[in-house]
Amino acid sequence: MGMTDPPLVVVTLPPVLMRLFPGAEADVTLPAGTVAEALDALDARWPGMRDRICDSRPAIRQHINVFVEGERASLQTRLRPGASVFIITAISGG
Amino acid sequence: MTRKILILLGTKKGAFIAQSDPARQAWELRGPFCETWPMNHVTADPATGTLYGGGGNEWFGPAVWKSTDLGASWTHSSEGLAYPQGQDPVRSVWSLAAGQGSLYAGVQPAGLFRSDDGGESWRHLDGLQRHPTRPHWQPGGAGLILHSLVLHPDDARQIWVGISAAGVFHTADGGETWEPRNQGTRADFMPAGQNYPAFGQCVHCVVMAPGGSGRLYQQNHCGMYRSDDGGRSWDSIEAGLPSSFGFPAAAHPRDPATLYLLPLNGDVAGRYVPDGKAAVWRTRDGGASWQALRQGLPQSQVFFGVLRQAMATDRLDPAGVYFGTSTGSLFASADEGEHWAAIAEHLPPILSVETLVVDG
Repeated sequence: MGMTDPPLVVVTLPPVLMRLFPGAEADVTLPAGTVAEALDALDARWPGMRDRICDSRPAIRQHINVFVEGERASLQTRLRPGASVFIITAISGG
Repeated sequence: MTRKILILLGTKKGAFIAQSDPARQAWELRGPFCETWPMNHVTADPATGTLYGGGGNEWFGPAVWKSTDLGASWTHSSEGLAYPQGQDPVRSVWSLAAGQGSLYAGVQPAGLFRSDDGGESWRHLDGLQRHPTRPHWQPGGAGLILHSLVLHPDDARQIWVGISAAGVFHTADGGETWEPRNQGTRADFMPAGQNYPAFGQCVHCVVMAPGGSGRLYQQNHCGMYRSDDGGRSWDSIEAGLPSSFGFPAAAHPRDPATLYLLPLNGDVAGRYVPDGKAAVWRTRDGGASWQALRQGLPQSQVFFGVLRQAMATDRLDPAGVYFGTSTGSLFASADEGEHWAAIAEHLPPILSVETLVVDG
């Protein structure tokens, strides 16, 4: 990995999202410098996954939360090497 | 001979399929499918037998689901099913229509998308967004939705859409340009003297009569209508019906003069079947006269409604008629509406009913 390559981070997917993408793993190690890049990397592995997490505005969907190091994040949030990124479904529905 | 019929159900919590042989007496129910997503419309391409389901999930947004094995397995995609960056995103898919090799999707907020690869990817037909009336469209009770999607049987460039509450629009050039087609339909919710606007009507459901004449039927928030000129003008056919309000309309598979409606008691009266008694109303003469069909339907203390995409006919002879209720019951008639039976109960609220006859 060169000096400019994005750092490796670990993304944890919610089970209800994994069910939509057969073969998806709960914990995914991938290179990403921001949350948006992490979603791009997920989409490269499981085409369509980015659309399930973020809308076309673009923004993280209203009832999805992304936490980085325990803090609620946006698409622009930067990721340090080894960061833990949790994608969580918020309480929703009836 | 293994001919079978499928009733395709979109519900608030997933897709379901009821299946029978052509006698349509014993039904097997399968589901839920599509990960229990709200499915506004589940339908089929009769040319290929592929099933499609349009919906939207509060967590994961809009998608079109697809099954090429009559519902045993499903995939989903929303590639290209999006408005440009910065605009309000597509919330859900409301209506699907397959014809002449293409699949169309009507969405909320109202717009039209087309897929030429069987729902794998989508292209926005943005002519509706560029229509000069677009800034003035008002959402109906379910939001600003494109729900009715009527394809011309022979001309792939002609499409009619129903948008709540913008009215009926028609394109003759594949979605580039559109013309409002609402002349003669009322907007009772507008101030006195402004009740017949060029657009802004609350259309609930538009269907095309068989036979290629261009005849259309419409259930509106304010009345029931027939058009014999492709929607350029509409005539009221509500005389003889118990109310002017309802959601679904279902055309007969062969007879252009036969239509099924399910009037409800009124927009501010609960939107139940009138008098607590369930009935489908049928005309055999293009709406000049109506007959209530009640045999086998509950006739006491009934407080359900039937939504705009939740009634359908099949193409068997005699034609089957089906409707699904807001309380999760599916009623069926195998004899053009003369006799009815509940063939599924206690489902989630039913949002759409369509049929597919599979010739084995």
